[in-house]
Amino acid sequence: MLCFKLAWRFVIARKRPMFLSLAGIVFGVSFFVVTQAQTSGFEKFFIQTILGTNGALRISDRFQDTYGTVEQVDDDGDTRFLFHSREGSLYHEGVDQPSLIRDALDDYPELLGVSEIIEGSAVLDTGFRRKSIVLNGIRWEDHLQSSDLNNQIIQGTMNNFSSDQMGVILGSRISQRLGLKIGDRVSLVGGTGNLHLRVSAIFESGVSQIDKNRIYIHLITARSFLGSSSGGSVFQIAINEPEHAPGLAVQLQSSLNHRVVSWQERERVWLDVFKALRFSSAITVSCILLLSGLGMFNVFAILVIEKTRDIAILRSMGFSRMDISAIFLWQGTIVLVAGITIGSLFAASGTYLISMIPLRIRGIFSTDSFVVNWDLNHYLWASCIAFVFVAVATWIPARRAARIEPAKIIRETL
Amino acid sequence: MDCSQKNKMMPNGSMRVENLFHSFSEANGTVKVLNGVSLEAKPGEITSIAGPSGCGKSTLLYLMGLLDRPDSGKVFMGDLEVQNLEDDERTKARNHFIGFVFQFHFLIKELTAIENIRLPLLKQGKDEYSANQKANELLSELGLESKAQRPAYKLSGGEQQRVAIARALANSPKYLLADEPTGNLDSSNSEGVFELLDRMAKQTGLSVILVTHNEKLADLSHRKYWMEDGRIVI
Ligand SMILES: Nc1ncnc2c1ncn2[C@@H]1O[C@H](COP(=O)(O)OP(=O)(O)OP(=O)(O)O)[C@@H](O)[C@H]1O
Ligand SMILES: [Mg+2]
Repeated sequence: MLCFKLAWRFVIARKRPMFLSLAGIVFGVSFFVVTQAQTSGFEKFFIQTILGTNGALRISDRFQDTYGTVEQVDDDGDTRFLFHSREGSLYHEGVDQPSLIRDALDDYPELLGVSEIIEGSAVLDTGFRRKSIVLNGIRWEDHLQSSDLNNQIIQGTMNNFSSDQMGVILGSRISQRLGLKIGDRVSLVGGTGNLHLRVSAIFESGVSQIDKNRIYIHLITARSFLGSSSGGSVFQIAINEPEHAPGLAVQLQSSLNHRVVSWQERERVWLDVFKALRFSSAITVSCILLLSGLGMFNVFAILVIEKTRDIAILRSMGFSRMDISAIFLWQGTIVLVAGITIGSLFAASGTYLISMIPLRIRGIFSTDSFVVNWDLNHYLWASCIAFVFVAVATWIPARRAARIEPAKIIRETL
Repeated sequence: MDCSQKNKMMPNGSMRVENLFHSFSEANGTVKVLNGVSLEAKPGEITSIAGPSGCGKSTLLYLMGLLDRPDSGKVFMGDLEVQNLEDDERTKARNHFIGFVFQFHFLIKELTAIENIRLPLLKQGKDEYSANQKANELLSELGLESKAQRPAYKLSGGEQQRVAIARALANSPKYLLADEPTGNLDSSNSEGVFELLDRMAKQTGLSVILVTHNEKLADLSHRKYWMEDGRIVI
């Protein structure tokens, strides 16, 4: 306690150098948190978008899928995933007997929702304009369980769709291209003939490929429209813990004998981009933190030199080497705690301000302002890093201070 | 620390040094500073050490105050041989039995006069209240009551000197080692300080070892040593 009080007096007596050290920590902590909040914010938002649009897992047997099968490899308790192509093995396109799969999936409590989808291509014709599209036949109740479609609707309502056997939900870009509004009629051409649909709702996922090409109609309608040209069903699944998707994919694949792809595998390209972004910002931030750490080291090294006389006096009075170390470490702790507190406040307000910056992004997701992620972990990490820097920056000078022989200092500072 | 050690750490009686040698190693060989110094400082007395500049007085005082270790020779506090104690025992001994007044009054400038004086007491584990009481007593003995709350760096040289003496006396040491404590004081103040030390010595059995250039004070002390070239000559 005495050492803490002395440390406190020493800190407040040295406003300028302490302020500089403090500023270094505040800057480092807030910079770290703000960059993390952004990069992870965009990544998280992207993941939400793709989970909400295409689900965590998809069961299909598409032969032409880019990636092969996933296999879990377990050696010495290390879990890894091996990706390898199963080209050459025999595939039926689509799921053969959807009801069997559906029954089998009931055994997995971690599944939040299972939606059977019939996919096929067709052309939308308004009479003036035509556009080829990918139709998704869904059972709306099931699909809402396994996707975020309800929240993606920007015009019209899900009710419009559910009450209308001939209803259609259009991707936002399709409705723009064809100039369609809620209630408009449009024909679907292809498959077994013509189908007259009514626009029930318009959705925007933010993923431009999907907003440009996808329409949803009722599963029964789709089945009768596509007839024998139907490629069979696909299952879209939402799960409790999206992180566990790859493991679950492996499990499902072997028990269902169907091709199961996790979102991590499906979206690997984009996820890698985000990983690279996060990594590069981590490097930048580390450099900045290193600089403020060096600055602080400097301040404390000078402090010890300035304080050698006092160290000698304290030692002559009966303060031990440990006490001397403690006084310097407390000074570091005071600056650290103040720095983390102020830094976190700055970080939080900085994150808030950044989330207000208008920024329109469409393509891989849709947002009108910066996406930030409020995550306590970022603050904890920043505090840990600041702690390490401060510990090093004060520990070394403190140890040096403790080692000085009092008589030597007294003689040398005469 | 168990009981036997505690008893062992209660020195009673004179501080003695026997045949102390000390040297400093430098780039071009070693400098011999103390060449077999022996002396004794009795409780209740003022023992003065005088001698030309550079003869090794401060060096001797640091060895007696356990701030440094001799090359050879012995330092006794009562019957206890202390020059080879472990570091933390030396630290405790300094805290409990020794008061040090440096040649250049060393106060901690961030603290007020009274805070400086309280430090050794708080370090001993005394509570704030009794530490304050003791510090105030000493301040008034030294005529510094009005300066109690003043930051050390705002005190005059002589005032700082007296605060340093008060601090050295605060823990009621058995041995007070003072390196020219009156160096910055005018003659009336010097004599005042000397009288105070003398009174403390008589009252409490404190043994004062006083390094001084002041012939008059040296003559007033109970025992007088003269050093030259690292030796006691008288
Ligand atoms: N670290 C050191 N290295 C080498 N020589 C030293 C060192 N410290 C002191 N000395 C030398 O030791 C001698 C004794 O020094 P000391 O400080 O004990 O003298 P002193 O008697 O106290 O002198 P003064 O009256 O001026 O205070 C001096 O000659 C000094 O130059
Ligand atoms: Mg000297």
